[in-house]
Amino acid sequence: MSADFREIWVYLSASPLAGLTLTLVAYQIGLWIFERFGRRPVLNPVLIAVLLLAAVLSVTGVEYRTYFEGAQFVHFLLGPATVALAVPLYNQFHQVRRSALAMIVALLVGSAASALTAVAIAWAFGGSMPTLLSLAPKSVTSPIAMGVSEQIGGLPSLTAVFVILTGIIAATLGTWVLNLIRVKDWRARGFGMGVAAHGIGTARALQVNEVAGAFAGLGMGLNGLATAILLPILYRLIFG
Amino acid sequence: MLGTLTILLLCQLAGELLARLLHLPVPGPVIGMVFLFIGLLIRGGVPAPIQETAGGILRHLSLLFVPAGVGVMTHAERLGTEALPIAAALFGSTLFGVAITAWVMNALLRRSKTDGEGTR
Repeated sequence: MSADFREIWVYLSASPLAGLTLTLVAYQIGLWIFERFGRRPVLNPVLIAVLLLAAVLSVTGVEYRTYFEGAQFVHFLLGPATVALAVPLYNQFHQVRRSALAMIVALLVGSAASALTAVAIAWAFGGSMPTLLSLAPKSVTSPIAMGVSEQIGGLPSLTAVFVILTGIIAATLGTWVLNLIRVKDWRARGFGMGVAAHGIGTARALQVNEVAGAFAGLGMGLNGLATAILLPILYRLIFG
Repeated sequence: MLGTLTILLLCQLAGELLARLLHLPVPGPVIGMVFLFIGLLIRGGVPAPIQETAGGILRHLSLLFVPAGVGVMTHAERLGTEALPIAAALFGSTLFGVAITAWVMNALLRRSKTDGEGTR
């Protein structure tokens, strides 16, 4: 009997099926909780799914690398999904074109503010150098953030974690902050989420409103570009 | 569905190739997004199947971040020893970043008179 179990276990841990299925199940549970308790942003499905999966992996002792071999099929779809953001962008293009100037100014302010405040706050609380450098690009989409992190001497995999946490924080508390500062314009709300919190912020904005989603997608793309170009220059200016 | 998926992958592939060829600092999918956008501009509209499939994928965009998110556990040690600076920096800068970006954009949109209708 236990030999059977061991055999099954060996099969499951070697095939991508388990990781893939677990990811979908955890996300469904997250969605169910989110819907069941009144779609509160704090009950973000990504947050719930991540916590569930981390708990399952810790309990079973399965390594993250093993899990990711299955989950990478979901991860891979981030690429085509990013391309697909062109559709809401096109649908809202007339609005985008009219607000181009406001967008560029907001982008530069928001991009610089996100990176500088992250580094400054971590420094003030005594964070180590690798942590500070890994934090700087955390507001942009993971592939760019990891590339920039490596360029300025951070730890790319740590940056990837900060990127995700940033997204979850914005998705859970962003709505509250935007209400607090009384910004009602969907274009501005979406753009703020996209610039400061990349794809997870965009996913949240899309949940709420298509205009917000389109501006979030654009904000994510533009800040990716701005951070990739400006952050290494800024780093060289400061640390020479 | 299948046709749209093929188009998305082709755009992504073209984006990846261009990024590597020209050593651009932008990831392939973002360039792919620009390609698809230009394609839609040229065509002058979004074909129904693309609208549908893209909408379907984007509705579950947040699912796609779950695998990377679980990676948090690989850095548990550093997150533990530097919990305070990391938490303060992430919460502070993210919420400030969302707020300042939206606030600046909102203020500028209000100043230009031609904008602002039909957005509430």
